[in-house]
Amino acid sequence: MASVCFYFQVHQPMRLRHYTVFDKNEYYFDDYNNGFICRKVANKCYLPANRLLLNMIRRMDGRFKIAYSITGVLLEQLETYSPEVMSTFDALAQTGCVEFLAETYYHSLSFLYSREEFIEQVNKHTEVIEHYFGQKPRIFRNTELIYNNDLACLIESMDRFDGIISEGADHILGYRSPNFVYHPQGCEKLKLLLKNYSLSDDIAFRFSNRGWSEWPLTAEKFARWINDVNGNGYVVNLFMDYETLGEHQWADTGIFNFMRHLPEEILRHPDNDFKTPSEIVQSYQPVGTVDVPHLTSWADTERDLSAWLGNPMQSNALHEIYRLEKKIKNAGDEQIMADWRRLQTSDHFYYMCTKYFADGDVHKYFNPYGSPYDSYINFMNVLNNLQSRCSEPLPEANIRGISQNKNTADVQTQTAG
Amino acid sequence: MKVFMLGWEFPPFISGGLGTACYGLTKAMDQLGIKITFVLPKMVDSRYATHVKLLSPHCLASAASFKTRNLTNVTFRAINSPLQPYSTPEVYQQQIEETLRQKQIQRGKTGLSGQVISGTDYSGNMYTEVHRYAAIATELAADEDFEVVHAHDWMTYPAGIAVAAMSRKPLIVHVHSTEFDRSGEHVNQMIYDIERQGMHAADKIIAVSYLTRNIIISRYGVSGDKVEVVHNGVERNGGGNWPFEQNVIDNDEKIVLFLGRITMQKGPEYFLQAAKKVLEVIDNVKFVMAGSGDMMHRAVEMAAELGIGSKVLFTGFLRGEDVRKIYQMADLFVMPSVSEPFGLVPLEALENDVPVIISKQSGVSEVLSHALKVDFWDVNEIANKVIAVLRYPPLKITLQSHGNFEVRKLRWKDSAEKCARIYDETLVAV
Repeated sequence: MASVCFYFQVHQPMRLRHYTVFDKNEYYFDDYNNGFICRKVANKCYLPANRLLLNMIRRMDGRFKIAYSITGVLLEQLETYSPEVMSTFDALAQTGCVEFLAETYYHSLSFLYSREEFIEQVNKHTEVIEHYFGQKPRIFRNTELIYNNDLACLIESMDRFDGIISEGADHILGYRSPNFVYHPQGCEKLKLLLKNYSLSDDIAFRFSNRGWSEWPLTAEKFARWINDVNGNGYVVNLFMDYETLGEHQWADTGIFNFMRHLPEEILRHPDNDFKTPSEIVQSYQPVGTVDVPHLTSWADTERDLSAWLGNPMQSNALHEIYRLEKKIKNAGDEQIMADWRRLQTSDHFYYMCTKYFADGDVHKYFNPYGSPYDSYINFMNVLNNLQSRCSEPLPEANIRGISQNKNTADVQTQTAG
Repeated sequence: MKVFMLGWEFPPFISGGLGTACYGLTKAMDQLGIKITFVLPKMVDSRYATHVKLLSPHCLASAASFKTRNLTNVTFRAINSPLQPYSTPEVYQQQIEETLRQKQIQRGKTGLSGQVISGTDYSGNMYTEVHRYAAIATELAADEDFEVVHAHDWMTYPAGIAVAAMSRKPLIVHVHSTEFDRSGEHVNQMIYDIERQGMHAADKIIAVSYLTRNIIISRYGVSGDKVEVVHNGVERNGGGNWPFEQNVIDNDEKIVLFLGRITMQKGPEYFLQAAKKVLEVIDNVKFVMAGSGDMMHRAVEMAAELGIGSKVLFTGFLRGEDVRKIYQMADLFVMPSVSEPFGLVPLEALENDVPVIISKQSGVSEVLSHALKVDFWDVNEIANKVIAVLRYPPLKITLQSHGNFEVRKLRWKDSAEKCARIYDETLVAV
């Protein structure tokens, strides 16, 4: 039995506008650019891919199933910039063959810094998924598949999830295969699904690479690889960014055609089928425990946190934003809270990464900044302003920071103004 | 491979990047085993000691040859001439008149001030001097054996053309700057003509950046396949080995450094305007302008006019150890150049663990990624970035460490190897 489980990650951040230290207003986000990108991705990916998958689901008569995890920040943008996408997701939800997963509403790294904030964001996310799609998510995935034992235990303690997803990284699996269901270490009921990164990346990254030994990848060839899992595993977890279909892999690579023919080819073998994550968790028993004491993710070759925490700028920025938590929550202002949470989206810190600065294509995709330093400067300027909105009198005193010896005349003009 | 090179004084007897670049390139070529006859202009009775000693200053060509200790493949020959890099005809004129005045004072002559030019020493005007230099260089070259002529910057082009023509060897012209970089749109027609003539007469042109290459192609009517780009490198003096404690200053004052000739090309006015904006937000910072130049007085006035006179310090031209010291003290280096063909100073700054903000209109921005980049005119953005670096230590630390690391890849050895390859290609073609 090889059950193929497709799960697509659907997310776009709210990018910041160019914000200098001299800017004083509260408009942090680049509405123009965000709208432009949202519509662009909608046209190249979301709409054609949703339509394609909807067609396939109807054609395969319930035998083809998929799962999505859509972030709250994207849903807000889709409502504003591309509402037609929402109706296609709605149609997909109504087929009964599509499962929606849970994650943090703001695609944030809050698990690393504030459990309380993390739980609030997860709750907010499940609420919004229920609201739009009428489903209460039972399977959880953390931002960028950041995972460790503690996360699993925390999710289990929330008592409303059956399964959790992680990257099937070599350093946590060792000789074992991701093609089985496992138990997280320290959990009793929660089940762990691991991404088969080899087969997932064949589609997500290597599909259009003419230098690849397996190019061109046809549905038939891929189905053969799935068949090879029979006897060696029960599940094949194909987890990837939704933008693979049409954006990372452009339509002219043949990616849509590939997807269109895939179910038939895979289902030719009677032992294969498609399952949603929940169905997988219900159908298969865990074959062992996977111990992940240190944090892993699905990012870059390292599969660790270095994409967001690799240099002093990133750790400083993350530290500073979570340091504001109490202040923000005490201010009791919805707009301030919303802004603070939108600043938590992991992409802001991803842009500050200096790892592959010279040749980092993946990091540069939709990156509004020319350099990671610019993104840090921008972010900190915004954060500064946000912080000053929370304090009461004399916000200027906070901004001045180091300075101690302004002459009294200046101070008086500030208080008067 | 033997090269007849027309270059300039090495550090520390420099007035700008040209000498440093000549030194770096020559040293790297020497290490590759390329033999070089290095010809440079030098005033016999100059007040400054130089690294080359003339053995017989009275002969016509002042052309005794000598070597230095560490450059075994290089023979130096000096030509008695007041030519200096970055000179303009007006500056040259002043220089000559000053020298004459000094001579007259020495000889104790008074009264009639006739133009007493000792005929064979130098010409009263720069253009004739450049051509006189060419004539002497040709005589020098007659005794030398070489395969290729390499001329650095416009003043040596006539000499390069003459030597190449006489010896029937190929000419390579190395463009470190163009008249458009130095004078904006108000180019001096005669200098432009000399530059153009040099570029067209050359068999190959080496530009120090793609920025410069574009100017050569678009403004001098040169075809693209004649122009190669060889980026400059940086001398590794082990500058990064300072123990960290030395960077900590006792007081809280931050220092933002501008180091270079204070002239239009380097954008000193943008530096000062940005300084004013920075001072509106942060108070405990000082701005240091290290260098001298034709805009120096204007800069001092401007600082006063902007009301920041007490926060801006002028050190004059720095050499040797002083340069190192100022880098140690600086928290940040800013290069707001209007048009910088390359820009060696940011590389030196990074070598000394000082993060840099550079103008996008510079050649060095083509090779550096771990630097903050701005448009030179965007004073707001310069101030924004300065404040960010001074305020957020993580930014400074990341820029320092990555920048220092990146600079290690920019070696003169690579530039020298590229030049050697260009020599080979030119010889094959000829």
